[in-house]
Amino acid sequence: MDPVIELDSLEVRFGQRAILKNLKATLNGRSIGLLGPNGAGKSTLINTLLGFHKPTSGTARIFGRDIRTHAREVRGLIGFMPENDAFIASMSGVRFVRLMAELAGLPPEHALERAHEAFFYVGLGEVRYRNLGTYSLGMKQAAKLAQAIAHGPKLLFLDEPTNGLDPPARLRMIQLIQEIRDRGDLHLILSSHLLRDVEECCDEVLILKDGNIAAFCNLEEERRANRRFLELETRGESNGNFLEAMEKLGCETATGAQGRIKLILPDHLEVRQLYEVAAAQNVQIRRMNRKRDSLEDIFLKAMDAPGPDKIMAGQSTGAPNGRL
Amino acid sequence: MAVYKKTYRPYDGELTSSVSRFLVIPRYAFEEMQKSRFLTIFFLASLIYPLVCALIIYVQHNVSALNLLGLQNANRLISINVTFFMSLLGWQSMMALFLASFTGPGQVSPDLANNALSLYLARPFSRVEYVLGKMTILIALMSLMTWVPGLLLFGLQGYLEGWQWMKGNARIASGIFFGAWVWILLLALLALALSAWVKWKPAAGALMFGVFFVAGGFGATINAVLRTKWGHLFNISELIGSIWVQLFEGQTHTTNGAVFFRVIEGEEIALWCCWASLAVLALVCLYMLARKIRGAEVVR
Repeated sequence: MDPVIELDSLEVRFGQRAILKNLKATLNGRSIGLLGPNGAGKSTLINTLLGFHKPTSGTARIFGRDIRTHAREVRGLIGFMPENDAFIASMSGVRFVRLMAELAGLPPEHALERAHEAFFYVGLGEVRYRNLGTYSLGMKQAAKLAQAIAHGPKLLFLDEPTNGLDPPARLRMIQLIQEIRDRGDLHLILSSHLLRDVEECCDEVLILKDGNIAAFCNLEEERRANRRFLELETRGESNGNFLEAMEKLGCETATGAQGRIKLILPDHLEVRQLYEVAAAQNVQIRRMNRKRDSLEDIFLKAMDAPGPDKIMAGQSTGAPNGRL
Repeated sequence: MAVYKKTYRPYDGELTSSVSRFLVIPRYAFEEMQKSRFLTIFFLASLIYPLVCALIIYVQHNVSALNLLGLQNANRLISINVTFFMSLLGWQSMMALFLASFTGPGQVSPDLANNALSLYLARPFSRVEYVLGKMTILIALMSLMTWVPGLLLFGLQGYLEGWQWMKGNARIASGIFFGAWVWILLLALLALALSAWVKWKPAAGALMFGVFFVAGGFGATINAVLRTKWGHLFNISELIGSIWVQLFEGQTHTTNGAVFFRVIEGEEIALWCCWASLAVLALVCLYMLARKIRGAEVVR
């Protein structure tokens, strides 16, 4: 099966300024987060994949179709919810979504039916005949989502979908995105600078920094790995023996500051056995923390990394293994 | 089908052809225009002149009608010749200018005002198709005002006058058709270009008139101050008038252009200069459209 997105040495320049620099990645996830600080190139990447900007060199493929040579075909597979306002103020919501669905290739009667459905789905059923210019910010965001999904795309680009939303509206938007994701009919790319949004909606994350790929990680693997990572605070004379005993059981160990011990448990080992070994070695376990290497940690590490261009996407860089 | 479904579902139905997708834009533009009662009335009113012309042609060929009206010498009063058809084209073309000024700015500016263009172009749809789609509705309406009634009247006159007349005046028909197309294409391009650059509809409409009348005035000032005739290059209606004279009559012309499009005698500009000026104007319009009709703004 073709990867969802394949970036093949993709480079985009505006004049002399390089915005995206030699990006190489293969993204296969169902929901992929694009993270990065403002100006990292997230929106430019999306716009390039949509064909709004021409790559200066390299290319990208979406479901195996080259964006340079099959731009029209590629756009037929995509739904796009842009970051900024995007609507025709004097048009009613349902008419606007119908227009967009027809432009995507739906026959008029199907487009109308799906426009109504999409509006009900995003919770705007009651206001669908009102002009878009009269909508509140939250309603406009929902209307943008409606037009993005009305034609049933295979890949959905969501550029900062929770921008400017109050907490309840944000929650509702996140729930909608999760629902769409969980149905499994489409892939989605969520671009955001809000870590929480990405963490809640995505299973893969591509972090961009200054137009480079700073990190790529599979959040699901990350979460799984974190469950086996422990940090202990102990009291006792024979910490060294305790560590030796744990290593014999297959743990990776390391000693941190103030006598703290870091452990990665092998899959077959339970925490209960750890207490048994500690008791046998006359070591008291005073505190035990499970490591929570959140997306924020991964993001901050990626931002601190000196040479982001050295990291190749497609290989998880956020896993805690080997970083004791 | 029910409209209350609240779950997302993919679409697996048939898709339309690219031709019918292209026609979506003109169809929606036409529906939007129909909402304006003023435009509908204006459009219908613009057909009064051709109807009067049709009546004149009919009456001129109907002896009993002439007798009834006491106009036995009507042939001497109104001749159905180049001047008659050129006047028709001139009048109708001026109406087309008004129509383009009223409707043109409403074509692109609402899409640009709130960035809806990115949504159009995120679909299997190109920038060229977008511009052509928007132009199609303007061209269709202006055609119905200019060359379509012109050729119908030519056909009526030919039918009543006979095949020989038609054969002898075939140049008039081609003049109506090509002359109108030059004007229509220019108006459509200019209306869309100004609409793309000036997002406020009334300002774009006013600018459209400005390009024609203020630029004409500017050209006249240049002529007066510098004692030259090259200021006429700024007067679009004079440029068009010169081209029409050529299209209708060739080298040996008896008229100096249509009403509103008259060329001052003795100050005619070489035809190639007229064509070149219009080509430059069209290229400027295309450049303006190319700069503005984009899925995403590029900030360099």
